[in-house]
Amino acid sequence: MNIKRFIGRLILYTLLFAGAAAYTLPLLWMISTALKPIEQTMTMPPVWIPYRLFVERDGRRIAVKEGETINVPSYVIFDEHVGKRRIVPRNLIVNGRLVQHTISGEEVSRPVRIIREIPADSRHPWIKAIPEVDESDLAAARKAAAEWFVVPADQLIRKIAPRWDNFIKAIRAMKYFPLYLKNTLILCFLTVVGTVLSSSLAAYGFSRIPWRGRNKVFILALATMMVPFPVVMVPIYCMFRWLGWIGTLRPLWVGSFFAGAFNVFLLRQFFLTIPKDLSDAARIDGCSELRIYWQIMLPLCRPALMVVGLFQFMFTWNDFLGPLIYLTDQKTFTLALGLQFFQSQHGGTEWHYLMAASTLVGLPIILLFFFTQRSFIEGISMTGLKG
Amino acid sequence: MTRREWRNLGLGLAFISPWIIGFLAFTAYPVGASIYYSFCDYDVFSKPVWVGLLNYHDMFTDAVFWKSLMNTIYYAAFSLPLGLVISLLVAVMLNQSIKARSVFRTIYFLPSLIPVVASAMIWLWILNGKYGLLNHFLALIHVKGPDWLADEHWTKPSLILMALWGIGGSMVIYLAALQDVPRDLYESADIDGATPWHKFVHITVPLISPVIYFNLIMGIIGSLQVFAQPFIMFGGGGPNRSALFYAVYLYQNAFDYYEMGYACAMAWVLFVIILFLTWAATKSTRRHIYYAGE
Repeated sequence: MNIKRFIGRLILYTLLFAGAAAYTLPLLWMISTALKPIEQTMTMPPVWIPYRLFVERDGRRIAVKEGETINVPSYVIFDEHVGKRRIVPRNLIVNGRLVQHTISGEEVSRPVRIIREIPADSRHPWIKAIPEVDESDLAAARKAAAEWFVVPADQLIRKIAPRWDNFIKAIRAMKYFPLYLKNTLILCFLTVVGTVLSSSLAAYGFSRIPWRGRNKVFILALATMMVPFPVVMVPIYCMFRWLGWIGTLRPLWVGSFFAGAFNVFLLRQFFLTIPKDLSDAARIDGCSELRIYWQIMLPLCRPALMVVGLFQFMFTWNDFLGPLIYLTDQKTFTLALGLQFFQSQHGGTEWHYLMAASTLVGLPIILLFFFTQRSFIEGISMTGLKG
Repeated sequence: MTRREWRNLGLGLAFISPWIIGFLAFTAYPVGASIYYSFCDYDVFSKPVWVGLLNYHDMFTDAVFWKSLMNTIYYAAFSLPLGLVISLLVAVMLNQSIKARSVFRTIYFLPSLIPVVASAMIWLWILNGKYGLLNHFLALIHVKGPDWLADEHWTKPSLILMALWGIGGSMVIYLAALQDVPRDLYESADIDGATPWHKFVHITVPLISPVIYFNLIMGIIGSLQVFAQPFIMFGGGGPNRSALFYAVYLYQNAFDYYEMGYACAMAWVLFVIILFLTWAATKSTRRHIYYAGE
């Protein structure tokens, strides 16, 4: 019996850990890539922990980038023909002359100046090292590229070095990032205020005031949830176009001031749990409905309002289709749309910036989750259980 | 009606007036206009021209339409059942008496919070044929991974994989339901010598069946309308339109080709498909759903 239980536990924890690894790795991979320099992004096998290479030179430790690996005995030469230093295998140098073959197979040679010998072989490789400078400073980068030198591979010192400045560089590369952030925050603020106000008002009307036909209208409200967005997408777009609002933020927040059925439903469920006597007593004291709503119901329903506001914030922050349809000018883009735009412009190479930008877009939501975990989980369970 | 009833009616309507205006402007009118447009040739710039059933007729002969429909069905047919089973499995594991439950719960839930654009970026990178993480892991077990995003056979599995990463929401819903299952039911089953599997099939599943039904319906609605992930990752539809989904093609018709009438007709067909599947799912599961109150 005990052994059976032990095996059960073992399987359970193995599955849990394997699953947890699979679910965390993509996020770790994003963060890891966000902190790497570009030459450590596209490698196989991948680099997990961003590092920086150093070389001791003249008593100083300087940061270098790894160039080609030298596996055979070679020379550093000065080739006057190209006016640059080069690394060539030793067997190409005969009597101080660089021997090369033309396409037709003809042997040609020219005198070169040997600067130093590299006693490298496959067991003791040497590395071409390029002093590391800020890549955005083009002049410095060109100068550094010319100042390369060779060192034995075992003399390279490897230190863990996350490139935190990737975040700043990614923001700069995205050009309008501050505007994207501003637009997103404006939209989040307006939609959260609009949703919380309008759906709590409507929920109050559907739960605390008895009026003729209330239940029939409420069923109609629930029925509207069935209509998929694509059905109403085109007419709503045409309506905003007729109003001349395409290209502005208005189509993205105005609607939230007109109570969506789902939020009304959630809040109504919550309002119904509050005892009737409370509002009846207030009514006898001559309290108006609006005051009961504002001063009694809203404070009592703060947890539910939190959930509705939180979900709306998330929805607006993450929304892609809405901004895609209505926004035309880059300066009005939201973060989500701006990130996609950046990817369509720079995708495929600058993975470190793309992942840094993705981290920046995802992080606020994750932080929000950690600060409001309880409301979050309760809210999601609520949508499921009472649906 | 008495004066009081009239007063209440007025007050009630006043309170729900934001919803009434929203209903008229963002549901009632658009639904009506959408039906009308679906029978028109309409490009936004000029007035809609009545063409009868032409849009619906065109759909039958439009090979791209069928391709997008089949792609969507393929995606839904895999991502929906797999998602339901895996999220239930994770929820059941998390509902055992385990250490650090809230840590595990957070780990499984977190990916579903990541904004869809950001997660699309992450998966573009993970699924990169040459430097991607997934192919690196496959290489470790000596499997040569495909070029996920460029090979038309692997674009849909890529998106399904991505969908399975984001099942946190339904997992939390299951977990909440599992925690409401009375413990004493399991205890009495233990006394009768029931195996874990029997307990799962005869106690757990029936008791959480309303939530399974809820996740099923939400899954049908969500997976048939999947838009942002394929749109961001594959733009116009990917290699040989293998990742052109229904909602993406609908969007293209509306906003790239300005075929608003055709887009509306497509939307109505989608609505009918969703209604039919929801109806079928309800019909076939109704007898098996247990409601505590009844």
